[in-house]
Amino acid sequence: MEYAEILHRCFRCGYCKLPSDYTDLNCPTYLKFRFETYSPGGRMWLLRAWLNDDIKTSPRLAEIFFSCANCGNCIEHCVFPEFKADLLNAFVAGKEELVNEGAVPPSVRDYLQAMSLHGNPYKLPEAERGSWAEGLGLEPYTDQEYLYFVGCAGAFDERGQKMARAVAGLLKDWGVSFGILGAEERCDGNEVKSLGEVGLFDKLARENIQVLQNAGVEKIITLSPHGYHAIKNEYPGLGGDFQVYHYSQIMGSLMEKEKEFKNDKPLRVTFHDPCYLGRHNWEYQAPRNVLNALPGVTFTEMDRTKVNALCCGGGGGNFYTDVIGSGVDSSARIRVREAAEVEAEVLAVACPKCAKMLEDAIKAEDLDEKLRVMDLAEIVQTRLG
Amino acid sequence: MEEIYKELQKIVGAEYVSNHAEERFMYSRDMGTMLPSMPDLVVMPDSPEEVQKVVQLANREGIPIVPMGGGLVLSGLTRPLKGGIVLDMKRMNRILEVNEVSRYVLVEAGTSQGMLQAYLKRHHPRLKHSCPDAPPIATIGGNVLIHGSGHLSHAAGFHSDMCNGLEVVLPTGEIARIGSCSTSPYWFSRAPLPDLAGLFMGWDGTTGVVTKLAMKLYPDRPFNDARVFITADPDLVPDVINRLAGAQVGEDLNSAINYRPGRTNVFPIVIITYGAETKEELTWKRNLIRESVRKYIDERTGGFVPFPPDRRKAFLQAPNTMLTQFADARRGGGFEYVGSIMPIEIFGDAYRAGVQISNRFDIVNGMGARVIGLAHCMMFFFGYPFNRADESDVERAREALEASNEAALKLGGIPWKAEAPAQQQIIKHMDPNTFELMNRIRSVLDPKGIMNPGNWEVN
Repeated sequence: MEYAEILHRCFRCGYCKLPSDYTDLNCPTYLKFRFETYSPGGRMWLLRAWLNDDIKTSPRLAEIFFSCANCGNCIEHCVFPEFKADLLNAFVAGKEELVNEGAVPPSVRDYLQAMSLHGNPYKLPEAERGSWAEGLGLEPYTDQEYLYFVGCAGAFDERGQKMARAVAGLLKDWGVSFGILGAEERCDGNEVKSLGEVGLFDKLARENIQVLQNAGVEKIITLSPHGYHAIKNEYPGLGGDFQVYHYSQIMGSLMEKEKEFKNDKPLRVTFHDPCYLGRHNWEYQAPRNVLNALPGVTFTEMDRTKVNALCCGGGGGNFYTDVIGSGVDSSARIRVREAAEVEAEVLAVACPKCAKMLEDAIKAEDLDEKLRVMDLAEIVQTRLG
Repeated sequence: MEEIYKELQKIVGAEYVSNHAEERFMYSRDMGTMLPSMPDLVVMPDSPEEVQKVVQLANREGIPIVPMGGGLVLSGLTRPLKGGIVLDMKRMNRILEVNEVSRYVLVEAGTSQGMLQAYLKRHHPRLKHSCPDAPPIATIGGNVLIHGSGHLSHAAGFHSDMCNGLEVVLPTGEIARIGSCSTSPYWFSRAPLPDLAGLFMGWDGTTGVVTKLAMKLYPDRPFNDARVFITADPDLVPDVINRLAGAQVGEDLNSAINYRPGRTNVFPIVIITYGAETKEELTWKRNLIRESVRKYIDERTGGFVPFPPDRRKAFLQAPNTMLTQFADARRGGGFEYVGSIMPIEIFGDAYRAGVQISNRFDIVNGMGARVIGLAHCMMFFFGYPFNRADESDVERAREALEASNEAALKLGGIPWKAEAPAQQQIIKHMDPNTFELMNRIRSVLDPKGIMNPGNWEVN
């Protein structure tokens, strides 16, 4: 297995479980399950034991591996500089081995089957991928400056569609030259890869690259940080070199020119950093620039932000597979409690998966009266009047 | 064991009990060199009452129980040597009370050092606790009960000295309170009552399960600095330490030496950290420290090392991450560690013993000492990194560990947080009446012998 040679070097010291000030547990799966086995160090030791045949393949082992949210907290806080960068790579390699054995949790199996058969986790016809844009008057991509790539959640998830439309509407209002692929878009494959189905990722990515190259795309705006990460960091290795931007990065520069904010009603907002924009790609400032530029908005940070942000638990495929599950110790529920603690009215997000995870958590925590989730674009739209 | 499993599920909830191979594997070992020993079950209680019910069940059925905090002791004390239940206490991590005026904090035993540090910084910024150099996930309970030490130990002694009282589930299931909290709503002290805390400290989980502790807090000064003294002669270090400690301004006082076989001219350094309310006070303390060792500066047998601000920051870091990184010194993921509690005056002999053992086993040695309580004693450590993937290397570290224990005992020290084989070595040196008293106390507290059996027993 790739990365097998670093497994024994993990001391299991546990820095990886924590944020940099050690406030509380910051690894979503360890936070939920609490057994040492579900910590990053536990995974390192278990993977080595499994490869050495000291433990056998089991549903428990699969749950331990597939509940990892790939949030990157472990990489950020591991104190071993020589191998920390490869922690998640080792876990993905482990998942790849389990996929090859067919030893995956049922929900992961169902997800991967849906991806193989339908091309999306919602088991909907790929021909409907562009339906999210109906009524917006968006143009198919021809030779505009940007391609707007929405991904599976933006295309099919009800909450994701709202976000996709909000971002598209704003880009259009601001005169950005962009088009969409509609039904020609394919899943970006980020979750497929993080779940260890590397062959399927390869296929999806190559299909997207082919479509994008045939269309002559050079610049891409993504809705999802997950798609942003895959296209920016994984596609070049497969021959797909594009200039990739997350929509928050485009908004930041556009807002510098915006003079038309009409609504300055006071609004207390906090921001949840998406792992694939933040820890995976070091973009922390662009979303904050957006929020700080809005009249009437008071921006308040939660205790855990930026490199220390607590993941919503939706990464690593968990948005679709739900291996972490719910409960009072689920990171999404803890996260919305943190947002409520800073007395925010709005928990701002920049990822369709975070949006859904945190909205569900607000309901579970019975915080609907105090707190609501809004995407950056939705907030900006309300400020425009 | 299936029936026990079901009963435990009723006590703590199904999701917090495991008999899976994965948990049994993980909780059978720690990061040191001791061989694994499998538990039958791993249980994570959430309250003293849950601990009580688990202990009552184990007592009724005669099942061994091993309490575990962070599991970072390195000497395998949380390995269930005779199987049974490992009680992972880290769900019990609530900070229950901070008394700013009498300067103490009451925590659940599974509270991590890091969590308490962060909590105090945020809510009580003028107070701090003594942080060990273990990783921050190490628990307050585990560390205190093994007589740990940390960044305020020079000023205030072992962490067990800083403990104002305990709540403990006895091996027969009763919950007892030790210290002022047994009589008063305040957790201010163990005095003036008979000090029963000694029934639970240093026993390595063989006398009960501690569920709450009150720990002394100390002023967190706004200005802090570190100074590093170096000398070529390890035999001068005891007097250097004695003099630096005599100035009574240091919070933490450590010596460090890294020895590689074949290397010569290894100079021990002595690091002293101190804090102050003002810059002027800091300067005044700096001068006091300098004056305390002026003899050596004037004789040119020692002196302070100038170092840049970023290095100074590293010396003030609590916990110090560099110590954890020692585990990758051989790209190997492990180190074994003998911390021995010793008188200061045998520093030079302990250093030479470490060099000899390193050369004998051809192994890198991290040596040093944390000075306890104004140099009343020291925790001298011998640390050997090993490659976890190379069994012969692990074995070599294990042998070096055993040799170090022997050397420490021969010098007049006592191995700290001793692993089961080291306990045997200690018992051989111990006054037999003392060991007999230990056994009598234990048989009264734990008539069925369920608490971490295999430890502090003669084979």
